[in-house]
Amino acid sequence: MTNSNMSPAIQDFQAQILSAANNKAALSIEGGTSKSWYGNPNNYAKLNTRTYSGILEYQPEELVITACAGTPLKEIEAALEEKNQVLAFEPPHFGEQTTFGGAIAAGLAGPGRISVGNFRDFVLGARVMDGKGQDLSFGGKVMKNVAGYDVSRLIPGSMGTLALLLEASVKVLPKPAATATLRCEISQTQTLKVLNEWAGQPLPLSASCWIGNASGGEGVLMIRLAGAAAAVKAAIPLMSSLVLASEVDPQTADAFWKDLREQQLPAFNQLSADQTLYRLALPAACGPLSIPNTANEIVLEWHGQQRWIKASGDEATFASIKQLANAHGGHASRFKQGTGVDPALQRFTLLSEQSHSKALEIVQTRLRAAFDPAGVFATSRLP
Amino acid sequence: MQIPVVPRGSGTGLSGGAMPISQGLVLSLAKLKKILRIDPFTRTAVVQPGVRNLAISEAVAHLGLYYAPDPSSQIACSIGGNVNENSGGVHCLKYGLTLHNVLRVRGVLMSGEIIEFGSMAPDSPGLDLLAIMMGSEGMLAVVTEVTVKLVAKPKLARVIMASFDDIEKGGNAVAAIIAAGIIPAGLEMMDKATTRAVEEFVHAGYDLEAEAILLCESDGTPEEVAEEIARMTKVLEESGASGIQISKDETERLKFWSGRKNAFPAAGRLAADYYCMDGTIPRRHIATLLKRIQGMEKKYGLGCLNVFHAGDGNMHPLILFNGADQDEWHRAEEFGTEILEACVELGGTITGEHGVGIEKINSMCVQFGENEREAFWGVKSAFDPEKLLNPDKAIPTLSRCAEYGRMRISGGKLPHPELERF
Repeated sequence: MTNSNMSPAIQDFQAQILSAANNKAALSIEGGTSKSWYGNPNNYAKLNTRTYSGILEYQPEELVITACAGTPLKEIEAALEEKNQVLAFEPPHFGEQTTFGGAIAAGLAGPGRISVGNFRDFVLGARVMDGKGQDLSFGGKVMKNVAGYDVSRLIPGSMGTLALLLEASVKVLPKPAATATLRCEISQTQTLKVLNEWAGQPLPLSASCWIGNASGGEGVLMIRLAGAAAAVKAAIPLMSSLVLASEVDPQTADAFWKDLREQQLPAFNQLSADQTLYRLALPAACGPLSIPNTANEIVLEWHGQQRWIKASGDEATFASIKQLANAHGGHASRFKQGTGVDPALQRFTLLSEQSHSKALEIVQTRLRAAFDPAGVFATSRLP
Repeated sequence: MQIPVVPRGSGTGLSGGAMPISQGLVLSLAKLKKILRIDPFTRTAVVQPGVRNLAISEAVAHLGLYYAPDPSSQIACSIGGNVNENSGGVHCLKYGLTLHNVLRVRGVLMSGEIIEFGSMAPDSPGLDLLAIMMGSEGMLAVVTEVTVKLVAKPKLARVIMASFDDIEKGGNAVAAIIAAGIIPAGLEMMDKATTRAVEEFVHAGYDLEAEAILLCESDGTPEEVAEEIARMTKVLEESGASGIQISKDETERLKFWSGRKNAFPAAGRLAADYYCMDGTIPRRHIATLLKRIQGMEKKYGLGCLNVFHAGDGNMHPLILFNGADQDEWHRAEEFGTEILEACVELGGTITGEHGVGIEKINSMCVQFGENEREAFWGVKSAFDPEKLLNPDKAIPTLSRCAEYGRMRISGGKLPHPELERF
C-alpha cells in the first residue's frame, strides 16, 4: 500500500490512520487550529496536517493553484496577490495560522460567495487519504472534467469526517479590474427587495451586508461592486440614486469587507458567556424573520441568504431558530458559542430534522463507510 | 426482480451513457417536460428533467434572464441529462458548468426512495451530495426535478476574430488573455483544416491561410464590452495575431460564430463519419497536443479537425473516417484512444463534458488507478447497493481494466496486428 510518491509526512499520516483503524479509535484532523471552535467538539487524538505544506503548482494562466493541505492560507493568498489573482469566494481565516486544508474542510466562504459561488465550486481536484490509508487522487487541474464521480467536491465542508485531505487544486480568478463600495441607511425589508432585484440585472454586484435591528427600522447597507472599470463606474450613480447611497473610500471599504469576512465587527465578536452566534442559511425568497429571544442586532450577508444573530445558547432557542429556518427552506447552526454554553450541544441541523432527508441520511452513512470503514474520521464534528 | 434500469433524457449524449443494455429497462424521462415554476425575484426555475436546455432560456427571456450553460446540443438536450453529464458549453469559462448553475436536484434512488440534493438555500446540512450527483451519468439516482439558477442576460455581446499564422502563437494568445486578468465570455479556437471545411459551408469570411483562428467574446454592458474588447485586442496583437476583426453588430457576431457552431456538420461533409473526442488539458499544452495529433493523423492515415473550447482547454478533435470500412473504424477508435491518453499524460482528463459512458470506459483504466476505481464503486454502492442503475457505464470494473491492460501490452501498440494500418 505504500506509494513511492508518498513523502515522509504522508507516510506518517498513513501510519496514524492505520493505527487508529486498528485500535478502532477516531482521529481529529487539525491544521492551524484557527477554527477549532467550529463544529461539534471531540477528544480524539489529533492528526495535524501542518507537516505537509507548500505550493506544488501555480501557473497564473491556468487559473489553478495546487497546494498541500498544511500550507498556510496566507502563503497561498500572497502567491496569488503577486500575480493579481484571488480566491474569489474569500475564505475566512479566523486566525494567522489557518491552513489551505482547514479552509477547504470547513468549506466556508466570505462576502464574495453570493456572486461567485462557494468553495466547492472552485475545487477542481483533490488528493486524499481514506480511512484505509489509501492514497487517492480525484478530479484534476483542468476546468472541465467529468471522468469518474466528482469525489473532490465532497471534501469542502466535510470537516474531516470523510477522508484526510492531502492536496487540492483550486480554481483562482483575476482580481476584478475595479471595485467600489456604497453605503446607505435603509430598512431590512427594502434591502432584501432591492438586492434581489439588482441581482437579476446585468449589474456588477459583488457583495452585500446589512446590519440593523431585527425588529424593524433602518440599518446600514453596504454594497460592493466589482468588475470592469466602466461597468462599476456606470453602476455607481444608477444604484446610488435608488437607495440614496454614498461611496465609501476604498481603504475604509476594504477594512469593512475584511472585518466582515473575519467576523471582527462588533455584531459578531461581543458574544457574552451564555450566548451563541447562530448562522442561518436561507433561500433568496426569505423576507425579514422575527427571531425569538434574540439580541436586537442582526447581520445579513449574501443578499440575505446568510444571516447571523446572537441569542441565548440554550437548546430551546436553537430549536426555535432551527424550526424557523427550516420552515423557510433553510437551515441553522450554532456557529460560535459563549464560554458558558454547554459545548456538547449539537451545533448543526441534523438531516433527520429536515424533510426529504431520510434517503440522504442513508446514502451519507454508506458513503462515509465506503471511504472509512473503521470510523477513523467518525468524529461527528459534522453530523 | 433485479432488473437493471437505464435512465435516458433526449438521447443526445456523445458517450453512450444512455445506451440500452441487454436484459434491462430504459426509463425515458423525455416526456417530463414541464417548467413547473419560474421565479424572477429569486432568479430560479423549477423544471422537470425532460425540459430542453434552451427551453428554459426561452421561457425566461422576457424577464431579461437566461440559463447560462449552453452545450452545443442545447436545442435538444434535456436538463436531466445536463445534470448527469455536468454539461458545459461555449460560455462556461465565465458562467460555469451545470454544477455552478443548479441549486437543487430531486430524484429517485434505485430502491424507490425519493431523495433531494441541495436546497434553495446557499448550503445544506451534511455532506454536499449535490456535487457528486453532477456528472454521475445516471448511475446514482434518476433525476425527476431540477431547480436551476437564472442569470441576467448581458445587454451586449461582441466577438473578436483573430488569425494566427502559427498554431503555437494561437495557443499562447489564449494563455496571454487569461494571464492578463481577462475572463472572456467565450474563447474558442479552430485549426486550419476546420476553418477551410466550415468556410465552404457557411461563407463567414474566415482567413483561410491562418493556421489557427481564435474567437474571443466579451459580454456585459456596452461600456464593459468596449473596455474588454480593447484589452483583448491589445493582448492578441502582442501575441502576434496576423489579422483581427471585431464584430460590428449582432449579425456579424453570429456570422463569426457560424463556423464554430457548424464545425460538426461541416465535418460530416468531409467524410462519411466522424468521431468527436472530448479531452481537457492545461491551456499551456494546447499547441503540444495539436502537434501530436498531426503526428497521429499520419500514423493512422486519417484526417482530424480541431475545434475546441480553448479558454478551458477542452479539446474536441473530430476524427474523419468511413464507418463502412472496418479497418478505418478500428483506426479511428485507436486514434481517439491515443488522443485521450495524450491528454492524461499532459495533465488533463479523458472527458471534459461528454462523459465516459461506454465509449471511454477503457480509458478510465488509464486515468485512474485501482484504488480510485474501487472508491468510485464505493460511491456507486452508497446510492445503489445492488448496482442496478445504469450498470456497466462510466466506471470500469477491476477485471475490465485488467483485461484492457493485457490487451494493450500483449498486442504491442495495437490489437489486431494482422491488419494493415499505415
